[in-house]
Amino acid sequence: MSAFSHKITRFFLVLALLFSSVFSYAADASEGGEFNASEVILHHVMDDHIWHFWDGHYGTLYLPVIVYSSERGLEIFSSKNFYDDHHNAVAYNGYTLDHGHIYLNGNSVFDISITKNVAMLFINAALLMVLLLAAAKGAKQNAGKAPKGLQSFFEPIVVFVRDEIVKPNIGHHYEKYLPYLLTLFFFILFGNLLGLLPGAGNMTGNIAVTMTLAVFTFIITNVSGNKAYWSHIFWTPGVPLPLRIVILPVEIVGIFTKPFSLMIRLFVAITAGHIVLLSLISLAFIFQSVTVGFISSLIVLFINLIEILVAGIQAYVFTLFTSVYIGMATADHDHH
Amino acid sequence: MDLLTPGTGLIFWQAIVFLLLVLLLSRLAWKPILSSLKEREQSIQSALDTAEKARAEMTRLQADNEKLLREAREERDKMLKEAREVTNRMKEEAQLDAKKAADKIIDDARAAIQIEKQAAMKDVRTQVAMFSLQVAERLMKKNLSTDKAQKELVEEFIKDLKVN
Repeated sequence: MSAFSHKITRFFLVLALLFSSVFSYAADASEGGEFNASEVILHHVMDDHIWHFWDGHYGTLYLPVIVYSSERGLEIFSSKNFYDDHHNAVAYNGYTLDHGHIYLNGNSVFDISITKNVAMLFINAALLMVLLLAAAKGAKQNAGKAPKGLQSFFEPIVVFVRDEIVKPNIGHHYEKYLPYLLTLFFFILFGNLLGLLPGAGNMTGNIAVTMTLAVFTFIITNVSGNKAYWSHIFWTPGVPLPLRIVILPVEIVGIFTKPFSLMIRLFVAITAGHIVLLSLISLAFIFQSVTVGFISSLIVLFINLIEILVAGIQAYVFTLFTSVYIGMATADHDHH
Repeated sequence: MDLLTPGTGLIFWQAIVFLLLVLLLSRLAWKPILSSLKEREQSIQSALDTAEKARAEMTRLQADNEKLLREAREERDKMLKEAREVTNRMKEEAQLDAKKAADKIIDDARAAIQIEKQAAMKDVRTQVAMFSLQVAERLMKKNLSTDKAQKELVEEFIKDLKVN
């Protein structure tokens, strides 16, 4: 009986969380008068210099702006300076903020502000550090004993990544790449899951983040590429000479399409999930109906569960393909 | 379109944070976790190997025991069989000896009896002959003292002869 009431409580807690995001979202919508679903959705999916939770004086977190320009050098100030009391965009000290880009007297500057996604990135990294160091501490303390607590939560996942993703794809010299791949997996998994929280930024669904990860994979793959890998690209063995010339550009393009596909896949999967969720919530405001709101919230609950699944799948897929690429670059092509 | 253009600031921070994360985590988290996993796997493997070895040893010992037991049982059976044979033989020999002895005694006895019998018969015959003679002598002395009696006797003899 108590287990059942527990379940009920949990269910309503989830619903409440969902509705809390709906309410903060509704507040957004009421702001501009006319409701523009696509604009609101894009605004939520994209990066921003402020972190907006709800309307009102304390509802917005103004993040620090850090800009570098050859004229002024490095400058740090709060993004609050770009807004007046009625939340209208204003210029500050010669800087203007226009559609997320900062300009100094009309010229663009090097913007390394702590934006919403950078903040999410820090939170994600801090969370990973705290949890994984606690797990590592457990591993050190319980040496020779059964795992306990966080350690027993992380160990099966680590074993899964090692034995199911990395080992079969890279082969016997997998240990060198394991730290990178494990970090990659947990970074994407936690980033995806954090992004599903109400009010959270769409960090792993941002193309800059996925691009950076893909570039790391690209660098590692090509730096560790052996003779067989490069000879396969530039002078494909076992193929007639004229074909080799045709294959060469294809192979060279292939070097770049691999990380490119990684970048696009993660970006699209996560961003699309967020857009679907927000679109379903938008239905309530488009139809201005409580019934539609209730039904769409139920669907949102369902999609949210799917998104949790997607969070895991995308982390798995990114790590899997990175392992496959590294495996291809380091495999011994004895059979030629 | 802004959705598809990566922001330079985010790339900058992502690169720094992710690199730091890889460095820190590989030194502080992955190393201890992976080494403890490996250690545990090895210890489990070695425990399993030891158990397997002990099991094989047990089986071997059991087989040895069984073999010994079987051998002991065979030995016992053999000894019992031999003992039984020896007893039987001894019994038979004893019986044979006894019979032989008895037969000999009987034969001896029979021979002695025969000899005694013959001696007795001889004696009896002699005695009877003696008695007969004595009786005959007395009779003769008494009855044949007269001629008439002598005559009668002779006639009786003749009569007897005729009857026979």
